[in-house]
Amino acid sequence: MNQLLILPILLPLATAILAALARDRPRAAQGIALAGAALHLAGCATLFILIVRIGVTALWLGNWPAPFGICLVADYLSVIMVLITATIHTAVTVYACRDITAEQVSSGFHSLLGILTGAICGAFLTGDLFNLYVWFEVMLMASFGLLVMGHRPCQLTGAVKYVTINLVSTLLFITAIGLIYGLTGTLNMADLHGKIALVGDDALLTAAAMLLMVAFAIKAALFPLFFWLPASYHTVPVAVSAYFAGMLSKVGIYALLRLFTLVFSSTAAITHSTLAVIAGLTMLFGVIGAATQMEVRRILSFHIISQVGYMALGIALLTPLALAGAIVYLVHHIIVKANLFLVSGLIRQGGGTLHLPRIGGFYSRHGLVTIAFFIPAFALAGFPPLSGFWAKLVIIKAALEIQHYTLAIVAALVGLLTVLSMAKIWTEVFWKPAPAVQHEQKTDVRFSPWLLAPVLVLALTTVLLGLAMEPLLQFALTAADQLLDPRDYVRAVLGGTP
Amino acid sequence: MEPLLACLVGLLFAAALYLMLSGVLIKFVFGLALIGNGINLLIFAAGRLELQQPPLIHPGSEILSHPVANALPQAMILTAIVIGFAMVTFLLVLLYRTYAYTGTLDADEAPFQEEWREDDSCPEPLIRTQQDIKRLRRESEL
Repeated sequence: MNQLLILPILLPLATAILAALARDRPRAAQGIALAGAALHLAGCATLFILIVRIGVTALWLGNWPAPFGICLVADYLSVIMVLITATIHTAVTVYACRDITAEQVSSGFHSLLGILTGAICGAFLTGDLFNLYVWFEVMLMASFGLLVMGHRPCQLTGAVKYVTINLVSTLLFITAIGLIYGLTGTLNMADLHGKIALVGDDALLTAAAMLLMVAFAIKAALFPLFFWLPASYHTVPVAVSAYFAGMLSKVGIYALLRLFTLVFSSTAAITHSTLAVIAGLTMLFGVIGAATQMEVRRILSFHIISQVGYMALGIALLTPLALAGAIVYLVHHIIVKANLFLVSGLIRQGGGTLHLPRIGGFYSRHGLVTIAFFIPAFALAGFPPLSGFWAKLVIIKAALEIQHYTLAIVAALVGLLTVLSMAKIWTEVFWKPAPAVQHEQKTDVRFSPWLLAPVLVLALTTVLLGLAMEPLLQFALTAADQLLDPRDYVRAVLGGTP
Repeated sequence: MEPLLACLVGLLFAAALYLMLSGVLIKFVFGLALIGNGINLLIFAAGRLELQQPPLIHPGSEILSHPVANALPQAMILTAIVIGFAMVTFLLVLLYRTYAYTGTLDADEAPFQEEWREDDSCPEPLIRTQQDIKRLRRESEL
């Protein structure tokens, strides 16, 4: 049964190859991508059900004896991340049928998206540090390709910032890997869990932990390393930006969550206290940055930063409740943020632009788009009973429980400022009458069901998550327990008694 | 051997960081190539350097009969070299395309400082032919 672990990686990569072969016939490539995405979703859902039933499972690729080969490990955190990736991948692929032009399809959109998805799933499932690095690189390469597709000048300057800073991040990552290998002689994460306690050289270990933290902080767009994100995300096609916004920075958060519980939980107290400060500043600067923007996707980009701060806060606090909060927040955020970016595509289609002063009147003209924006926007802002409210509540409660009052206040305040930003888009796009000077604004825009369906399904998911938070929270608490007490994880990987 | 290698790695890192922080993007590429080599040496040193034999099992034997060199860092370095090569190549192409529009690779210049909006009309590329490159070079020398 554990062979299933390979599916989330194999299916999108196979789809990517088939789509690349068919790229001269855009409709065929689209069909392949849709079928591949649906299969991927089904495969990930099966894996999810399996792991919930039988617990942590490991798969040794090539059947090398532990701990020498590369292994895939699925615990609760991994499977929920993989499932959510497949969901967003499917939604974006459906949306792309109308959003992505035939020219972009023939320059390899579906292949790049498939490779990106496979790499993200690989990063979520791998149990080996060097393998994680390789998946990060594959992910980067695919995202570079998507980022510069069409090579408009605004894309290129944004891409230069994205590419350079992300390359620096991978350099720090591989340096840390070298140091850790020198200290412990292993790169298997479960093996590291035991061996890291035996390392005598605390200074070098802290240095390696710090290097890893900075590397992942760049990926996750934490303060002060976030500037690449709002410089690039608003320049790409809507479907691509939705996928990036949902998934990319969250892989950094996942890596932090994994390594700073499994590997560096006891040894590196300094990294966690640093991370707490950084998390607070990230929340604050992200939301303040959003307040100054007047373009829908740039506002949303800055909100990714402030939201990632909440997850980093959950990781920094390192209590079961805080980690569960971070996991709930991850799930909620990926769905809501991808959805908001997809809605921004509808806004642009209906209004001709994404620049706030030049749009208006959506409330009276586009009822469905209004609903599709309202739900994720106010879930993001944390209105009860939507999912964002519960996610914020759990994180703030966890901060209060261990007397981190300042951080709890910052988290609550940032929630309030998020409302301000969302209300700004709401007033400008939906309530304000359409401005007199219409620049190519059509009055009778009909939205294709290919665009509306994924948006509405994701909005419905947000509502359902909010109304049925208890199962998700219980799941997240179990996942947090697995992270804090990784005996099952270590046993699944190394076998026998750890 | 290892202290010597450590000094070399430090030197490579220092030089690479200097280049990468210079603000000129083409120097960043050189810095990237340099630091990649520094990191590879670091991994190599992390696997312990000793004058030993290659990890080969003698015919007729089932296990290694003598101490051998650590093969794992070499495998990792090989992977890192391949990935680093791809990254440098991609970055060079990206910078060339960017240069075609901006006419500069100085990160402090206006094209890299502006916040582009999506509905901005896109400027024509400055470079289309070899003559354009020569013209730009003349202008920058003046």
